[in-house]
Amino acid sequence: MDGKILLANIDIPGIRGFDVYRTHGGYAAVEKALRHLSVQEVIAEVNRSGLRGRGGAGFPTGLKWSFLDRKTDKPRYLVCNADESEPGTFKDRYLMHHLPHLLIEGLIISSYALGVNTCYIYIRGEFKYMVGILENAIREARQHGFLGERILGTDFSLEIYVHPGAGAYICGEETALLESLEGKRGNPRIKPPFPAFKGLYGCPTVVNNVETLATVGPIISMGGEAYSKIGRGKSTGTKLISACGNINKPGVYEIEMGLPVEDFIYSPGYCGGISGNKYLKAVIPGGSSVPILPADLILNTARGEKRLMTYESLADGDFETGTMLGSGGFIVYDEDACIVRNTWNLTRFYHHESCGQCSPCREGTGWMEKILYRIEHGQGKMSDIDLLVRVAKNIEGHTICPLGDAAAWPVASAIRHFRKEFEDHVLHPAEVLSKERSLLKVF
Amino acid sequence: MQNNVISHPQFTREGKKVAFTPEVLEKVHCLMERYPEGRQKSALLPVLHIAQEELGGYLSVDIMDYVASLLDIQPIEVYEVATFYSMFYLGKMGTYVIEVCRTGPCAISGGEQILAHLQDVLEIKPGETTPDGIFTLKEVECLGSCGTGPVMQVNTEYYEKLTPGKVDKLLEDLKEYADRNKPGESTWMEKFC
Ligand SMILES: Cc1cc2nc3c(=O)[nH]c(=O)nc-3n(C[C@H](O)[C@H](O)[C@H](O)COP(=O)(O)O)c2cc1C
Ligand code: SF4
Ligand code: FES
Repeated sequence: MDGKILLANIDIPGIRGFDVYRTHGGYAAVEKALRHLSVQEVIAEVNRSGLRGRGGAGFPTGLKWSFLDRKTDKPRYLVCNADESEPGTFKDRYLMHHLPHLLIEGLIISSYALGVNTCYIYIRGEFKYMVGILENAIREARQHGFLGERILGTDFSLEIYVHPGAGAYICGEETALLESLEGKRGNPRIKPPFPAFKGLYGCPTVVNNVETLATVGPIISMGGEAYSKIGRGKSTGTKLISACGNINKPGVYEIEMGLPVEDFIYSPGYCGGISGNKYLKAVIPGGSSVPILPADLILNTARGEKRLMTYESLADGDFETGTMLGSGGFIVYDEDACIVRNTWNLTRFYHHESCGQCSPCREGTGWMEKILYRIEHGQGKMSDIDLLVRVAKNIEGHTICPLGDAAAWPVASAIRHFRKEFEDHVLHPAEVLSKERSLLKVF
Repeated sequence: MQNNVISHPQFTREGKKVAFTPEVLEKVHCLMERYPEGRQKSALLPVLHIAQEELGGYLSVDIMDYVASLLDIQPIEVYEVATFYSMFYLGKMGTYVIEVCRTGPCAISGGEQILAHLQDVLEIKPGETTPDGIFTLKEVECLGSCGTGPVMQVNTEYYEKLTPGKVDKLLEDLKEYADRNKPGESTWMEKFC
């Protein structure tokens, strides 16, 4: 696609550094916002753009910002969620690695709009090398007068700090993230109160994803109206999709919302088709937490329409026959993939990452892992399959944070769409296991 | 505070006196200043990263108590954090900690074989350290690098698109540097302030 917005300049050598970034129009959006637009005008542009959160939930960004409590005299905070730990998702890493200044620009404009003077980037600890890249970009921005006291001679001041996590998926959940940023265990908080009222240190706080915030600069540059014309319906603009699994060209792609899923999988400009000329079996399109769909349902909706890369189209059919755009972590499975093994693997992930506060999540993920282990390893019973469905149902909606749901949905959807495969594991374990072993990837 | 009442099966207590060098201390103070007055506890995660790296590769009770005193918080506030996050180690590790991603996307692109290969070559299981103390093998969850799987980190440096051949070559190289710092390895210290 030519109409790249976030990644338009990614191939320019040296674009990670301030000088090159600046020569290619960098920080013009900050100048425009701070010099020519009022706080209300910036918010209005973001509202008009139709931008929705890119961290997974797709919540309208302007609306989230409007909830921020501006009445108290407490300081307000902006926290950038760079925890990126959802299996299948590696887009924020790509963006920060190549275009750190695009994020810094977005943080400055967003902080200006929110009346924030201190902003933290919470980044997963495993991205240690990225801390240096970001701190360096912050230093450069400060040297050139875009951070610090009285930016560009206005009375707006801002400091940005990078804060590393230390290995915990749950810290991507916004209230766990805030706990972690306060130097505690990453235990999600009970909501309400929402961060917009009581967030970091009990102060009004906005938490947004890296990609969401990086999009704010381009929106200010082109205008919210122009941005809203890109994409399709309520899925405006472009989205970064990180594609992985059994495809020819794994990587991060910026797509215009509305691209048919089929084009994304098969066109040479994106995934380039299934590797080894095999058949497509299934896709998890939005990070491991969203429902898995078999090939026919990911390419076309149950009503026979072409499935598109938009929030609405991917969700068409709800959980019966649909899924979610989520974080844009697009995981592709070919004909040889074992859905049971994959479901066991992902359930082990959620069990490992459960913070342990709620019994349904702490115990339920462990039970599901054990049951799936025995089905996968040829010791399952037929009744185990419905037992899994029941456990998943009892977790869903009964927990403090959405990790419980995120653990339940993959199991429920795998059984919904691939029940026969689970039954085969129970009925013909020896056959299934020997076939799987013969398929182990050979280098 | 009297902390010998608190114990944990994995805790290591050595009764050693530990302290940062003045250079590190300066960093720690700079880090604490990034958070509002009275919120210096926020610096705990970055300071623990630095402590683990600068003071011997894992967090003993002595180190955790020392960090608590620096941040003016209770030792238990450090213990509960150190035991929650997977990047903090509570006991002695090998010179190189090899952390192999075991999650779905890596698993379907050969991650299971990489782990099996490492177990064969190093003759240890996940969670164990080779008798010469050079390598510790660990399984970890998604490292945010699924498009370039299979992936592992060695002392938090990424190694991607692994094959058994690449792994063998890397282990050879690492052994060669085992008694000194590997060139190019970056520290937490140099990242901040
Ligand atoms: C278990 C769990 C993990 C999450 N991980 C992330 C993450 O790594 N990055 C992220 O941006 N949002 C993550 N989220 C979503 C955040 O809670 C939050 O909705 C998001 O950061 C809001 O930003 P947005 O509105 O810009 O999308 C996670 C949510 C849950 C429940
Ligand atoms: S749902 Fe799971 S991860 Fe979320 S708060 Fe409860 S126990 Fe913790
Ligand atoms: S699954 Fe291995 S890096 Fe994501």
